[in-house]
Amino acid sequence: MNNSHKIIHWFKYASPQSFYPLAGKLIPWFWALAAVFAGIGLWITFFAAPTDAQQGEGYRIIFIHVPAAWMSMFIYMVMAAWAGLGLALNTRLSGMMAQALAPTGAIMAFLSLWTGALWGKPMWGAWWVWDARLTSALILFFLYIGFIALQAAIDDPRRADKAGAILALVGVVNVPIIYFSVKWWNTLHQGASVSLMKAPTMAATMLWGMLIMSLAFWMYSIAVALTRVRAIILEREAHTEWVKELAEVKGVTP
Amino acid sequence: MSAIIAIIRRDLLLAMRRKSEVLTALFFFIIVVSLFPLGIGPETALLRKIAPGILWVAALLATMLGLSRLFAPDHADGTLEQMVLSPTPLGLLITGKIVAHWLTTGLPLVLLAPVLGIQFDLDTGALGILVIALLLGTPLLSLIGAIGAALTLGVRGGGVLLSLLVLPLYVPTLIFGAGAMEAHIAGLGAGGHLSLLAALLALAVFFAPWATTAALRIALE
Repeated sequence: MNNSHKIIHWFKYASPQSFYPLAGKLIPWFWALAAVFAGIGLWITFFAAPTDAQQGEGYRIIFIHVPAAWMSMFIYMVMAAWAGLGLALNTRLSGMMAQALAPTGAIMAFLSLWTGALWGKPMWGAWWVWDARLTSALILFFLYIGFIALQAAIDDPRRADKAGAILALVGVVNVPIIYFSVKWWNTLHQGASVSLMKAPTMAATMLWGMLIMSLAFWMYSIAVALTRVRAIILEREAHTEWVKELAEVKGVTP
Repeated sequence: MSAIIAIIRRDLLLAMRRKSEVLTALFFFIIVVSLFPLGIGPETALLRKIAPGILWVAALLATMLGLSRLFAPDHADGTLEQMVLSPTPLGLLITGKIVAHWLTTGLPLVLLAPVLGIQFDLDTGALGILVIALLLGTPLLSLIGAIGAALTLGVRGGGVLLSLLVLPLYVPTLIFGAGAMEAHIAGLGAGGHLSLLAALLALAVFFAPWATTAALRIALE
């Protein structure tokens, strides 16, 4: 073919060596976007969004709670996707990405539980109720902890990646259960207020605030995951020549 | 098929020669279930209410107890390597091992549970539901547990890690298993819960041996 040189080499960045500098270039951009979105989102949260008729000022915590809950579920799926990719194609970077995402996902799950408790106290009068969605969020948190613990317990990083990948794929069955649990069990937790199918039941400003805060959480998660994956690459590839040639490594080790 | 039967016979024979392991899990189940009334009090109305949950949680823990020994002895004496090398697909052999594990830990629990249920003043109908739910649920516990046992094979602190990995995955079994009895006691009928348990079992029978095999290959490479 004549224009074969124009074909993008998708697998070029599957190698840690070429991904490392790319991630380094992208990280400042994602941090900047995270800061901008968080600035706008927090401004809407505290100043622009009206006081809720039924829930008063306390509802404003959902601007943190909902994005964190979304991210905790979404990160698990992304992690499982990387894990599956790693098992199928045997790429080293996939396992590193899954490992880098897990702590962020666990933090998001913890945040959603914590902010949920803070919201639940004034609204339901209890820090914790055994509602299906709360319970499945807690199980998701346990799944993250299990994944991190399994990876930490295995010394050989390649085996740790593959064992973690299988665990992530088994656990991903749980994520749809979380989502549909709202419909399966008829419980205390209010149904989802945001839906693609019907008009949302909240004020437009609130919806915007929530979506922009979600974008901020996305950007933050990507930035943190990329930063962490760079550290993992350095750790695992420490024996290679290209790592030894890096300016930041040369400066540290004489 | 003959390979599966051979594996089941071998594992059952080994279990018969080391009776203490099987009996330990069984007595653990009996003791845990019997301790709860002592801790909570002998009020029959309350005991009847908490019986499903206690019986199921005890069954979960008793199954967990034997899981770490599902593959570890075979791994230690090299049998597992020979299984990987054998011309029979590893998945079939693993299925045989899981069936044998259920026959030695799950089935005794199913047979014993109604006797323990009497301690909690359950009527015949509820006991029947308990047996059916356990009959559907305990194979599920063995199947899911096998994945965890394979993942933690030869890993530092494997026993504690195994419970951390497997117990969250047991939650749907616990919910539907105990829910079936609660629904029956409440007069709602246990059909829905039992169907969901059966659906989970069908899913696990198909996927769990496959995931276990993949995990074992990783552990052995």
